[in-house]
Amino acid sequence: MPYKANVVVRYKKSVLEPQGQAILLSLREQGDESFLDVRVGKYIEILLEAENLQAAEEKVRKLAEDLLHNPVMENCSITVSQDD
Amino acid sequence: MIKAAVLVFPGSNCDRDLGESLVRFFSCQVQYIWHKESFFAEHDIYFLPGGFSYGDYLRSGALAAHTRSMSSLREAVAKGRMVVGICNGFQILTESKLLPGALLRNKSLKHICKDVPLKGENEFQDAPNGFSLPISHSEGNYIAPYEILQEIEENRQVLFRYRENPNGSLHDIAGLCDKSRRVIGLMPHPERALFPTKDKREDMPLFGRYFFEKIFSLL
Repeated sequence: MPYKANVVVRYKKSVLEPQGQAILLSLREQGDESFLDVRVGKYIEILLEAENLQAAEEKVRKLAEDLLHNPVMENCSITVSQDD
Repeated sequence: MIKAAVLVFPGSNCDRDLGESLVRFFSCQVQYIWHKESFFAEHDIYFLPGGFSYGDYLRSGALAAHTRSMSSLREAVAKGRMVVGICNGFQILTESKLLPGALLRNKSLKHICKDVPLKGENEFQDAPNGFSLPISHSEGNYIAPYEILQEIEENRQVLFRYRENPNGSLHDIAGLCDKSRRVIGLMPHPERALFPTKDKREDMPLFGRYFFEKIFSLL
């Protein structure tokens, strides 16, 4: 059964994320003070084959831990659903 | 004769500079190992060169850390072999968790390419006066969780600190080793400080030579 996983990788709150800061600065320079913070992260889409939803989630979780995110500086969230 | 190996990944670009320097200046026997190869721990020392392994995709060093040659390197480390990672090599070592912490984008968001004054510590505390080496990186901003940083300092694992922090690194860390002191990573490029060139300080070649001689004395 094919499954689709969406993995979002974000820098931890404690880590200064300079790209977001640069974007925020640019927004502020355009004169709008209502933007309070910007943080840039990564969005990863994975298509995989697995026996069931639980197995798919388990596989993606392991991949995320081993490779897709670095726990020293990042957090990640995963959603897996059946691919239509 | 010292048997050295240089691990090469797609996108490494300091591998030949490093390997040639080892041959010319230190009479090493050098083997280049491609990322698809596994190997036995039959060398005295392993080098991970600078560059942009896998185009820095995902995170600098992340994909290189999961290659076949790196599995062999882990076994070599377990056997107490010495490993030196320079620049991208340092990033590969943190991504492999062979060294603690991580290297983030420079605080300025800019690639920095210049000679920086450094302070040598512990094994490198006898660094010559005016010790400096070239850096060239976008992701050299060293971070580690507070407890890990404490541990690094208590175990005296820091080997090089920036005198003028160029990239935002915590505790001005430019290079450090693991607990076994056999795995060393640093952002500066000692292999770029071996040839006398007109645009560099006259004493620059001494500093690269000092670095490698010290490393070989620890074998």
